[in-house]
Amino acid sequence: MAALDHAAELNKAGANITGAGSAALHLIRRYPLGAVGALIILIFVGLALFAGVITSFDPLTTNSRAALARPGGAHLLGADFMGRDMFARIVYGARISLMVSIGATVLGCLGGVLIGLLSGFYGGWFDLIAQRLIDILQALPLLVMALVMAAALGPSLPNTIIAISIALIPNIARVIRSNTLSLRELPFVEAARAVGMSEIRIAITQVLPNTLAPLIVLATAQLGSAILVESSLAFLGLGVPEPHPSWGRMLSESAADYVRTAPWLVIFPGLAISAVVFGTNLLGDAIRDILDPRQGS
Amino acid sequence: MAPDSAATRAPAPSANGHVLEVENLQTCFFTRAGLVKAVDGVSFCLSRGETLAIVGESGCGKSVTSLSLMRLVADPPGRIVGGSVRLGETDLLRLDEEAMRAVRGNRIAMIFQEPMTSLNPVMTIGRQISESLILHQRLSRAAALERAIAMLSLVGIPEPAQRVKEYPHQLSGGMRQRAMIAMALACNPEVLIADEPTSALDVTIQAQILEVIAKLRRELGTAVILITHDLGVVAETADRVIVMYAGRKVEEAATLDLFVRPMHPYTRGLINSIPRLALMRGERQAAAVSLQEIPGMVPALSNLPVGCAFAPRCALASDTCRAQYPPYEEKQPGQWAACWHSDQIERSAHD
Amino acid sequence: MGAYFVRRSLLMLLTLFGISVVIFVMLRLVPGNVTDIIFDSAGFVNEKQKQGIERELGLDKPIVTQYVNWIGGLAKGDLGYAYVSEKPAIDEILPRIPVTVKLATLSLVFSVLLGVPLGVISAVRQNTALDYALRVVSLSGLSLPSFWLGLLILMGFVHWTGWIPIYKSTPDDFWQEIALLSIPAAAVGFRSSALIMRLTRSSMLEVLRQDYIRTARAKGVSETGVNYEHGLRNAMLPVVTIVGVEAAFLIGGLIVTETVFNIPGVARFLVEAIRWRDYPIVQNLVMLIAVVVVVVNFVVDLTYVALDPRIKYES
Repeated sequence: MAALDHAAELNKAGANITGAGSAALHLIRRYPLGAVGALIILIFVGLALFAGVITSFDPLTTNSRAALARPGGAHLLGADFMGRDMFARIVYGARISLMVSIGATVLGCLGGVLIGLLSGFYGGWFDLIAQRLIDILQALPLLVMALVMAAALGPSLPNTIIAISIALIPNIARVIRSNTLSLRELPFVEAARAVGMSEIRIAITQVLPNTLAPLIVLATAQLGSAILVESSLAFLGLGVPEPHPSWGRMLSESAADYVRTAPWLVIFPGLAISAVVFGTNLLGDAIRDILDPRQGS
Repeated sequence: MAPDSAATRAPAPSANGHVLEVENLQTCFFTRAGLVKAVDGVSFCLSRGETLAIVGESGCGKSVTSLSLMRLVADPPGRIVGGSVRLGETDLLRLDEEAMRAVRGNRIAMIFQEPMTSLNPVMTIGRQISESLILHQRLSRAAALERAIAMLSLVGIPEPAQRVKEYPHQLSGGMRQRAMIAMALACNPEVLIADEPTSALDVTIQAQILEVIAKLRRELGTAVILITHDLGVVAETADRVIVMYAGRKVEEAATLDLFVRPMHPYTRGLINSIPRLALMRGERQAAAVSLQEIPGMVPALSNLPVGCAFAPRCALASDTCRAQYPPYEEKQPGQWAACWHSDQIERSAHD
Repeated sequence: MGAYFVRRSLLMLLTLFGISVVIFVMLRLVPGNVTDIIFDSAGFVNEKQKQGIERELGLDKPIVTQYVNWIGGLAKGDLGYAYVSEKPAIDEILPRIPVTVKLATLSLVFSVLLGVPLGVISAVRQNTALDYALRVVSLSGLSLPSFWLGLLILMGFVHWTGWIPIYKSTPDDFWQEIALLSIPAAAVGFRSSALIMRLTRSSMLEVLRQDYIRTARAKGVSETGVNYEHGLRNAMLPVVTIVGVEAAFLIGGLIVTETVFNIPGVARFLVEAIRWRDYPIVQNLVMLIAVVVVVVNFVVDLTYVALDPRIKYES
């Protein structure tokens, strides 16, 4: 039997943790991909928040002399066919994309949790109707739902947020509902009832906190979907309207004509979208691994 | 202080007749809680046609011992770190994986506690039994199926030709366990390891399964290692018993000797925990006898106390016990135990 | 099995009915209709003309009547008339379907052929470098917007071969058509293959954790046998249901990819119709999409029941 380095094996398994600082480091070492995801998201949030500081260019100012400038020099990532600086448009586009997707996800979660919790907890006719509606709306692909809603509501920034959030609600409501249903049967809810807590209090103080874990995992996944849907809507011309810079619309404007001559118009906005979604996916995976111990080796 | 490994060795093997010889087996788990010595220097021998029972509460290391014999311990986080397991002339721990696979199911077989989850739900019974026959004896599909039917009938399953085409969920719990036994013994192994084979079954079925195992042992000459926490089962079926606690052997004896004169307080406690009807005790009037449980809990294996591992729960514990681990010695012919105070343990009432 | 079939069929019809109501209502939420668009481009509004057109198109009737007309028409195969072209809706929709079907099938085949084997390998070699690499690749597949992937592929083609793979409505022969469609199919299918890979991987991992895998090992079965004969057979069952989930996933990708590659299919038509507020077309197309998704899920459910012996042989 080969001699084993016991100490090394133990460290690998995660023994020897002392204190919060090393706990954080341990988390990072154990879930490196998740840490990368969180970092990516933080970077883009930073870009969005500090856009004015990061770039001196205005994303909307046209400059025909700089039209289709190549990346490098004054225009870090080049300029588009109207001479607008790409880097500025990407950075301010981050603001739009994040605003829309985070807004839509938050709204969607609120709506989904409300419906799912009520539906699962109280049951009755509300549940019957809600369940049918959720099943129906689930049949439609996310993009189609969002398209129809966006078309129905009309093009504007708040409308896009609402349209996407409505598209997200059925999925969230379904998960929360099934979670609530299984939690409702657990002994600690019975105990709370036996002690005399009102149903509403039970729902809010006992059941809701226990749905947080799957909700967080779901929310990060939905965030990624929201970003993709927003850019798809913008690409199709049915999303956030002018003058807001949107990565998706940047791609549709550049698509046909400049594929051959100005590839940077195509590469950078798409790269930005992919990077942010990639970050949310990495983070979501890591969070799910942390919260669901079954998945560990 | 760690026990002297020489002292935990089993009695020197008599010339031949030992089908299995385990010497100083050590299996560890590397976990976040630290190093866990699940099996800490266990040794024993098994003779042909013998039934050896390994008993203990959950967490004592008996299951890990059996998995170690088959080299099925999940790595990571577990690892066999020392000792030898001799099946005949071969040390199983020194074999490469391919050679070990030729041994599994062929020379040593194992059956598990939960027959429902231990059988593949999307394969027919016949296919699952045939698998080891095709693998180890190179039978054709048809020949293997014939043999499978024969095995099913041997374990007492009615209409075996029909059953062979069915899926596990179509059988009852007892029949599934019989099918598992048929599967395990298909290649006529020298050793059968039965890990809690009856714990998941009804009491009436339990007796039937034990009878099946005993019958096959007689007819095929298989040696059986029976892992269980149920002393009632041990009394029924075992020739010899090993009692384990916290990864080590604490007592070892022939079954009758163990029950009549236990040499370790833990064994005494286990025997006392068996609920017995007054009638069984031969008394005409039922005396008020309360169930005696062993106080305390099995210690966390990553945090064993110095000295005897059982001391915190032992009524007879003295300072010597807490300071120094007792040597594993032969208290009387054929009976070994690790205790400083074996002589103080009360004998069982005459049964 | 029979009772199950009937029950599910009824449920399916009920769901489709519900969808039709929801779609109908959603489209009429916003004030304004196609006549507004027509007059917008003209620059002025002639009320009388507007009302005349509305009456022609049946927009002046109460909503419930409009709905009943539509549903009644559906049952008869009459999908109403397109607002914009004034041709029967069915004449606009039907010819565009075959292309989309071919594209969708190619994408599905691509995604399954790529996703399933990679998922199995990833699970069997869990936590190795290969596993991590595959997981990162699949994650990026899920993160790429499919229209961007389409654009990149177009760009690559133009850069390396100098020509743009434009879809020809009148292809020379079947194989040329398939070849031309393979490129957008790869764009759509890549994202789906990523999803299938991840789900196959987690399904395999779940299965490999089961007790019967331990039993197989205890019998001396080789690792290959354990993984494929015992593991995969069980893991495949949930993967079949995943294909059903794919149907919905795929349609979103089809919509944008048909737009990027200028393919005259039904999915691109949906976007055009939405832009024009051409209600009959939009209604029918969304209904069509819903029908496809629901039917595919239905078929997948039946297949699952047929494949899983635990359900098939209910003792």
